[in-house]
Amino acid sequence: MGEHTIKLPDVGEGVAEAELVEWHVKVGDPVREDDVVAAVMTDKATVEIPTPVDGEIIWLGAEVGDVVAVGSPLVRIGIAGEGTRSAEPAADAADPMDDGQGEAPIAEGMAPEGEHLPPPSKEDVVEARLPQPSEADRTRVAQRAPAEKPVASPAVRLRAREAGIDLRQLAGTGPAGRITHEDLDAFASTGPSTTAGPALLRDSSITEVKVTGLRRRIAEKMTLAKSKIPHITYVEEVDVTELEHLRGKLNREKQGETRSKLTLLPFLVRAIVKAVGEQPGINALFDDEAGIVHRHGGVHVGIATQTPSGLMVPVLHHAEARDIFGCAAEISRLAEAARDGSARREELSGSTITITSLGPMGGIVTTPVINHPEVAIVGVNKIAVRPHWDGSQFIPRRMMNLSCGFDHRVVDGWDAATFVQRLKTLLETPALIFVE
Amino acid sequence: MKEISCRLLVIGAGPGGYVCAIRAGQLGIDTVIVEAGQVGGACLNVGCIPSKALIHVAGEYEKVAGLAAGDSPLGIGLSDPSFDLSRAVEWKDGIVGRLTTGVSGLLKKAKVKIVHGHARFRDGKTVEVESETGRQVIRAENVVIATGSRPSELSGLPFGGKIISSSEALSLTALPGSLAVLGAGYIGLELGMAFARLGTSVTIVEAEERILPRYDPELTRPVEKRLGELGVELMLGARARGLSSREGVLLVETAQGEEARLACDNVLVTVGRRPVTDGWGREELVLDMDGRFIRVDEGCQTSMRGIYAIGDVTGEPMLAHRAMAQGEMVAEIVAGHRRLWDKRCIPAVCFTDPEIVTVGLSPEEAREAGREIRVAQFPFTANGRAMTMQAEEGFVRIVARADNHLVLGIQAVGHGVAELSSAFALALEMGARLEDIAGTIHAHPTQGEAFHEAALRALGHPLHI
Repeated sequence: MGEHTIKLPDVGEGVAEAELVEWHVKVGDPVREDDVVAAVMTDKATVEIPTPVDGEIIWLGAEVGDVVAVGSPLVRIGIAGEGTRSAEPAADAADPMDDGQGEAPIAEGMAPEGEHLPPPSKEDVVEARLPQPSEADRTRVAQRAPAEKPVASPAVRLRAREAGIDLRQLAGTGPAGRITHEDLDAFASTGPSTTAGPALLRDSSITEVKVTGLRRRIAEKMTLAKSKIPHITYVEEVDVTELEHLRGKLNREKQGETRSKLTLLPFLVRAIVKAVGEQPGINALFDDEAGIVHRHGGVHVGIATQTPSGLMVPVLHHAEARDIFGCAAEISRLAEAARDGSARREELSGSTITITSLGPMGGIVTTPVINHPEVAIVGVNKIAVRPHWDGSQFIPRRMMNLSCGFDHRVVDGWDAATFVQRLKTLLETPALIFVE
Repeated sequence: MKEISCRLLVIGAGPGGYVCAIRAGQLGIDTVIVEAGQVGGACLNVGCIPSKALIHVAGEYEKVAGLAAGDSPLGIGLSDPSFDLSRAVEWKDGIVGRLTTGVSGLLKKAKVKIVHGHARFRDGKTVEVESETGRQVIRAENVVIATGSRPSELSGLPFGGKIISSSEALSLTALPGSLAVLGAGYIGLELGMAFARLGTSVTIVEAEERILPRYDPELTRPVEKRLGELGVELMLGARARGLSSREGVLLVETAQGEEARLACDNVLVTVGRRPVTDGWGREELVLDMDGRFIRVDEGCQTSMRGIYAIGDVTGEPMLAHRAMAQGEMVAEIVAGHRRLWDKRCIPAVCFTDPEIVTVGLSPEEAREAGREIRVAQFPFTANGRAMTMQAEEGFVRIVARADNHLVLGIQAVGHGVAELSSAFALALEMGARLEDIAGTIHAHPTQGEAFHEAALRALGHPLHI
């Protein structure tokens, strides 16, 4: 038994790859010539790939959802007789004006016959390509009045529907402007003419995504936090011009050393350590069932981290006992461990207060969700240069907002405000962070 | 209480419902169909099929009665024909039985589960079925409402006794001596003419000024002429007022405003059909309505996700083949295929004597749509086949765009023209131009040649006229 390989044909002008959206066959299925085996989707259209031969499917080259490069093998079909044939796109397509016109159009990778047989040098290679319509075809606009129904046979209408093509965009080349199968092929390969609007098609598909594993844990945690904790959110702006100067300077001085590059986070961690020293009620866990607030001496800072599988919160333990570089090193190590999945269990638990920062994605204001059973979370918004009125003129300052959430059951608004104002003072005059 | 669940539940096994279920079954969808009566719905049991059987009986009887009357130009003579309506009804029931058994078989072959009983929505996903064997709850991801329609009643003339609907008219065991038909739409005329051909004295009462008000007068003229030949009395612009309580005489207010008294054995009320939108728990749902009908979009989706409606409950034209096409489409939509209603035409056939077929736009409708048109008709008097069948009445008419000759509509009236409806509909769906029909060889000698000639005539060069 021979084998025939169907490669992904050139499904559209300038398209290098297409997403496999549907298999019409599975391994073991018998197929007949012209049976559709798969559907692929480009940014322009969905194109069905038919088989040029009879046989039995023996191999599928991709999974639904995979992006397949034009020319890569898609399906192998066991065929009666000998020899391995391969339907492959004409990668070296000649000038479209040369051979595209006047040829009988070939529908989506269908193997042509007769004069389309390749020259002997390209042994057993069957050309499979959509027709290249002439410029005139492409620019021809439907001569239909607006709102007039396009004229097309039921078979053409069905094919268009399945390929997601709105026939109203097509000019028909047939008698009385009838849209032919060839018109449809041409449209599928070149996309809509510029004069027609895009086809807006209804998509009633629904994809079920099972909430499992880490995602389910996140969901449970969020539900717990939001259903139990009455949040109060407090937003304040912080002038970080001085801090950014200092940070830049430290990073330049320490260049070449093995120490981690300083981000803003270690400064914030140290500022929190200082602030909670004055307000121990903020660095605490609230056991609401027992009715006890556990104020912790140690400051264990959770750092909300985006990982490929979702949100994780590795914990910087005993921040009070680490200097700025110690914090920086530990933060970067933890983030790495969380992302590559090597974080140990204890490194992912035991926090007493949490920082959430999306960096440049940080927006202006967020309403962070408290990491239950903690009572406070510090949200960092993005740094931006904003005009600041210094009493006589506007000067550019680097500004950053802090959006902080508190458990209002045990933290009053006054306390929350005091805490954030303290952070603001510390960050605006960074020397204070280092004064013991 | 038994409980089952499925991916698709079809309520009503009429032509829309059973086609939907069969197609869904073919597509591997786990499908349940619920039917309170017989599978096949009104169409198979009390509509299309039995009425066509009765019309055939009437035609055969009229033929032999004509021969028995002597002076047949065909040289055939016979004497004393007889007719037994109850036997004819038995024969008709046999055909209905074969078809309904066939439909049940097709449903089983498609692995569709048939539940006999009365369905009622509990909510959008749950339906309760009251059946002989008890109560059953069916949970379905998708539900198709295909509950069909029933004959409309006239206030003052409720069905019962001598007042009958088309359903009862098709199962009479004795031929009524006289019959009053209220409503000269296609159902009233088909049945009224059939009874007239069997020898019943028929009076047709119609509130409008003419018969078959939905068709243009050119098409209905041959039918009107035939009614005259059959001795059917037409009372146009007249209204039935009720039955007199003592003699059971039908009181009719004539066009002149006078009261006429019609003595008749039966009163057949054919004033249209109304959708069955009650009795199955519509009040448990939140369905948008479109007048009396359930509002659906181009995919037959109602205003509720996962609930579809097809057939007569979704509006005019209330025709079995429309319901079937909708049913097929919905099954494919549920299977995840991309489908929308994009039919160009729904052919309509009136099985009067002679028959009327309309497909697409009439000349008047085309002009109203602002079209420059060409209209041409070819009479059966110039068609050899029609002559040899003693069926020269009628014509084929084509309506096409003047600019590009795209065919917009085709109509015909004549003996047996119902069979031409396929050719007409195909021409419209394919987007045929006059030249396409003119360029197609039509077999000789057939009535279809009149179709060919009408296209030639529209192009200005008919050959046989």
